[in-house]
Amino acid sequence: MPAHSATTTEPVPVPANHHRVRPPPTLFQKHRALILGSSSVVIMLVLWELVWQSGSISPLFFSGPSAVARRFVLELQTGTLLSDIAYSGRNFVVGFSLACLVAIPLGILLGWYRNFRLLVDPFLNAFYATPRIAFIPLIIIWFGIGMWSKVFIIFLAVLFPVLINTIAGVKNLDPDLLKSARAFCALDRQIFVTIALPSSVPFILAGVRQGVAHGLIGVIVGELFAGSEGIGFMIAYAGQTFATDLLLCGVLITATAGILITMLADRIQRHFSKWRPNDVGG
Amino acid sequence: MSPLLKVVESADTGQFFAGPPQEKFASSGGSAVHEVTSVGATFKLDIERLTYRYWLEREQREFLAFADVSLKVADGEFVCVVGPSGCGKTTLLNVVAGLLPYDEGALRIGGAVVNGPGVSRAVVFQQASLLPWRTVTGNVRYGMEMQRRFDETTMRERADYFIKLVGLSGFEARFPSELSGGMQQRVNLARALATDPEVLLMDEPFAALDAQTREFMQSELLKIWSKQKKTVLFITHQIDEAVYLADRVVVMGTKPGRIKAEFAVPFARPRTLSVKRDPAFLKLNDEIWGLIEEEAARIGVIRAPE
Repeated sequence: MPAHSATTTEPVPVPANHHRVRPPPTLFQKHRALILGSSSVVIMLVLWELVWQSGSISPLFFSGPSAVARRFVLELQTGTLLSDIAYSGRNFVVGFSLACLVAIPLGILLGWYRNFRLLVDPFLNAFYATPRIAFIPLIIIWFGIGMWSKVFIIFLAVLFPVLINTIAGVKNLDPDLLKSARAFCALDRQIFVTIALPSSVPFILAGVRQGVAHGLIGVIVGELFAGSEGIGFMIAYAGQTFATDLLLCGVLITATAGILITMLADRIQRHFSKWRPNDVGG
Repeated sequence: MSPLLKVVESADTGQFFAGPPQEKFASSGGSAVHEVTSVGATFKLDIERLTYRYWLEREQREFLAFADVSLKVADGEFVCVVGPSGCGKTTLLNVVAGLLPYDEGALRIGGAVVNGPGVSRAVVFQQASLLPWRTVTGNVRYGMEMQRRFDETTMRERADYFIKLVGLSGFEARFPSELSGGMQQRVNLARALATDPEVLLMDEPFAALDAQTREFMQSELLKIWSKQKKTVLFITHQIDEAVYLADRVVVMGTKPGRIKAEFAVPFARPRTLSVKRDPAFLKLNDEIWGLIEEEAARIGVIRAPE
C-alpha cells in the first residue's frame, strides 16, 4: 500500500487485462446452484432407473422413474388425474386463503393487545401443541366427508403457523425504534402503523411459508382419512391396490406443488424485503 | 433492561406528555406547573435538583441512578456530560428526553416545566434506530411525522434541507442497510434537527463508530451546529470528544450519579481537529481524566492511583 501511494513518478504500466478487479464469473460460477442442484437430481434419477431396469425391485414395493412417467401420461390421458389435481388444488386454495384471512388480522390484534393475547394464550398453546390430525374424526362428524371437511382440515393446518408467526412479529418490536418513536411523541396508533405493521411483514411471510407446507400435509391427510377424490385419495387408493407407480405419481405431484408454491412465496417475500441487506434478504 | 421496560410500560399507561408546539413559558398556567423561578435568568435547559431512581426487578431493590443533579444550559450552548460507565449519564439524558418520568426535582425547557416527551427536545441515540424499511428521506421525515405539527410541504422542504446539511445529498433513496455507520448517524442527526427542537439531546452518538469516522463526525457536527446554533446536551464517555465539542464539560461521578465538576472549554470556534493536539487541550483532557479515574478507583473498577 504505502509503496503505491508514496511514489509520484511515472505510472506503473498496467497489463491490459488488469482493468478489472475480478475476472468475470464463469458460467459455472454464475449458475452454481442450478448446475449442482440439477446434476445431482439427474444422477439420482439415472441411478434409480438403472436399479429399476435391473429388475431387482418388485413393482409391488417400489417403482422406477420410467414406470412412474408412463403411468403419469396414461392417467392424464384416460384417468381422473386432472380432476383429482383440480379437486385437491381447489380445497387447498380455499382452506389456505381462509386461514390467512383469519390468522393475519387475528395475529396482529393478538400481538398488539397484550391483554387479549393473555386471554387467548392458553387455548392457543394447547391447540398448537396438539397434533391437528387428532381433530380429523371430529371434523368429519361436523362437516361430513365432502369438500368442506378437507377445507377445514387445511384451514386448521395453515392457521396456526401463520397466527403464531404474526403474533411474534407484532409483539417483538425493536426497542430502539420504539424508544425513538416515543421520543418524537409518537401516538400508539402511529407506532402501530409505522413500526409494528412493517416490521411484522417478514414474520407473517415466514408464517405463510410454513403454512404452505402444513397446508399440503392437510390436503393429503384429509383425503387419506375419508373421501373419494383428490391426490390424497389417489395415493391411498394406489396403496390399497399395490399400484406403486400411481402412488409415487401422487407423491411427486404433491412435491412439485409444494416446490412451486414455496417459490411463489419466496418471490413475494423478496418483493417485501427490498430494504434488507442482500445477504439476508430473500 | 429496566429503564427501557419502563419506557414501554409508561407508554402503555398513556401518561406521557406530548406537549403543544413550542412549550414556551409556563405563563399560560394551564397545567399545574411549578412557578418559573426568575424570568431574567431563563436557561434553555434547566435541570434542578433532579433525582432518579428505578426499581431493579431482579434484585428487588431500588437503584439510585443519579441524585440532586442541577445543570443550567444557556441558549445555543453546547454542553457535554462525561463520566465513567454507570454514572447515570444516559439515564439523565433519557429523563431530559422525557422517556423516563421523574418525580424528584424539576426539568425546564425554555422556562416551562416538562416531564415526558415533547416537541421541545429531539434525541440522537447511540444506535441509529432508523426504520430499515424507510429510505433516508423517509427516515429524516419520521420525527416530523410523529410530531404531527408540520404540514406536508414543510416536511418535504425540511427533509431536503437537512439531508443536504448533513451531507447526504444523492443518498435520499438509499435504505439504512445501504449506508455506513457514519452515514446512518448523519440520518439520525438530520431526523432530530428536522423536528426543530429547542434542545438537541445526543446520547453517545458516535460511540459505535470506528475511530476515524468518529473524528470526522465530530468536526461535521461542529460545522452543522455552527449553522443551527441549537442548545445541545451531549453525553459521551470520551473525554477528548467532550472537550473538542463543548463550550462546557460536565463531569459526573458515580454511586450515586452526581455532578462532580464543570469545566469551561476555552478554545475559540470554529475548531478544527488540530485543536486536539494543542497542549492546553491535552492538559484539560488529563485533568478530566484524573477525576474520572478517581471515581473509577472509588468504586473499585480500577486500583487507586499510587
